[in-house]
Amino acid sequence: MDNRTRILEVKHLCKYFYQGKVPMKAVDDVNFHVFKGETFGLVGESGCGKTTTGRTIIRLYKPTSGEVWFNGNRIDGKLNKEQSRAVTSKMQMIFQDPVASLNPRMTVEEIISEGAKINGIFQSKEELKANVRKMLELVGLTSEHATRYPHEFSGGQRQRICIARALITKPDLIIADEPISALDVSIQAQVLNLLNDLRKELGLTVLFIAHDLSVVKYFSERVAVMNRGRIVEMADSDLLYKNPVHPYTKSLLSAIPIPNPLLEKKRVRFEYDPSSHHYDENDVPQMMEVEPGHFVLMSQKEYQAYLGDNK
Amino acid sequence: MEKILEVKDLHIHFNAFAGHVKAIRGVNFHLNKGETLAIVGESGSGKSVTTKAVTRILPENAVIDNGEIIYKGQDLLKMSEKEFTNIRGSEISLIFQDPLSALDPVMKIGKQIMETLILKQKMPKKDAEKRALELMKAVGIPNAEKRFHEYPFQFSGGMRQRIVIAIALACNPELLICDEPTTALDVTIQSQILELIKKIQKENNLSVIFITHDLGVVANMADRVYVMYAGKIVEEGTVEDIFYDPRHPYTWSLLASMPNLDTRGSDKLMVIPGTPPNMLYPPKGDAFAARNRYAMKIDFEREPPMFKVSDTHYAATWLLHPDAPKVEMPEHLKQRIKQQLEEAGRYNG
Repeated sequence: MDNRTRILEVKHLCKYFYQGKVPMKAVDDVNFHVFKGETFGLVGESGCGKTTTGRTIIRLYKPTSGEVWFNGNRIDGKLNKEQSRAVTSKMQMIFQDPVASLNPRMTVEEIISEGAKINGIFQSKEELKANVRKMLELVGLTSEHATRYPHEFSGGQRQRICIARALITKPDLIIADEPISALDVSIQAQVLNLLNDLRKELGLTVLFIAHDLSVVKYFSERVAVMNRGRIVEMADSDLLYKNPVHPYTKSLLSAIPIPNPLLEKKRVRFEYDPSSHHYDENDVPQMMEVEPGHFVLMSQKEYQAYLGDNK
Repeated sequence: MEKILEVKDLHIHFNAFAGHVKAIRGVNFHLNKGETLAIVGESGSGKSVTTKAVTRILPENAVIDNGEIIYKGQDLLKMSEKEFTNIRGSEISLIFQDPLSALDPVMKIGKQIMETLILKQKMPKKDAEKRALELMKAVGIPNAEKRFHEYPFQFSGGMRQRIVIAIALACNPELLICDEPTTALDVTIQSQILELIKKIQKENNLSVIFITHDLGVVANMADRVYVMYAGKIVEEGTVEDIFYDPRHPYTWSLLASMPNLDTRGSDKLMVIPGTPPNMLYPPKGDAFAARNRYAMKIDFEREPPMFKVSDTHYAATWLLHPDAPKVEMPEHLKQRIKQQLEEAGRYNG
């Protein structure tokens, strides 16, 4: 089944931040790949390194070590002008806060066309203008909005502008970093539906970063759960929710409040204690395949115990 | 049941540069002793303003046009500020959304808890210190003696919220108002804080008003629910009424608009079109009408009153009028509720 093209491949990616001598391992040996046309979800609590992973992939941070491959080319480290242009136009990001990520002194038209202009995607001004209009309509705004400034829009509309800006360079991969968590509940569904439609229509590949597991499950085909800079479990989203293996995933799943009072009032929470693993130097945890397409970070001992329990 | 708090016909507007923002347009609710009440709604619906009015911490440009807030038989709005100071913080306490901005960054944690005790209960310093340590232990702070002398920045978000809860509980309040207490926290921390609030409520027989937009949290905490939209209460009922038999189209969309763990990627989410109304110029008639696919002509002309569904359940929508055409909730939501009831049955039986 895995003969699909891997559009993005992340190998042993590490990003440490130094504050004094001891490194803060924000991303620690992360490996995953994203197939063309799929949506890959990255979930975890705040501070687990999911945003840093996304930002390192798109070259906002320089990785401490490891490799990032995009469209068959290695893109971490130094690139010449041409290569870097190819990356920035084919990989786009949507940020969490649409207020902070739009320049308040630029009109919507300027904001949306900037990326295309820099990358020289369109031949003439007219073509650029026509494409800006097209993008606005694609995300559910109208061409009258082009001359307005960001402050004239509501949160949901601003996020639509961010999406239009990301789409105009005709990217292959979109990194969406918590695109709906700053929006109001009634607006979140609008933006989710829009992203879902666009994904189908344009055949986009999306790396979806979020902390809300129900949203990630709805939106992604495969999901990776991160904790303390490492991926602890990775599987097809149905599989992961049906059969979580890593104790952290279990605790995360049990902590989501379910809008079903009769059930919710009786649920038992599962708490995760990282010291319960008892890892030692001879038994370093690794990603193990517990069933086809379902990887869990566990030590040999844990793996044997798991196999024993599931015979 | 004994009513500890009753709000009657509350109207509040804000003086803004552009005119009057009518934030609260006739809110009625009551809170029984020992129960947990949830107020749900999106931002701008007026849920925080309502609780700020109850604790009289509205900003200066807010004007209370009309209404009564009756706490244990007294109208809080008619009290002098001096009289009310004895109630705020001692009998009615508040927990805010952001624990970092609720704490003083340059004051040690222990001192912040003691401050309340010394000011409100005129406790001697020694006793206050002892009580503060007890409180820190009660809200589950490990190593309380050591952390007593630390500053807020040395605490994680969840721990900070525990401190805020300790301060709120310092004077044994009877009414606790929680304004989105877990929105800024991670799910795993959120579940710990919710458990803590529940435990404390049981131990002290507290009455709690819980403000949130997360329906999962409501399902976990609430006995009764008020749904707010554009400065009005549009539906009220027990938590079962609201989740399993919702009547207002706004409640329908709220319940159906977010994906749950059973929603498949191919399913389309039910969307509330448009945006909330501008409260500088509240629309005529039902404020939700413009976003409501079931809106009738009358919705744009006259405001619906609260129609009675059952003794505990009321909703403000013309759809409940005997002459209205029979409209049922969307099929998609009906399926979801049926599935949820089955699941709950399986889990409990």
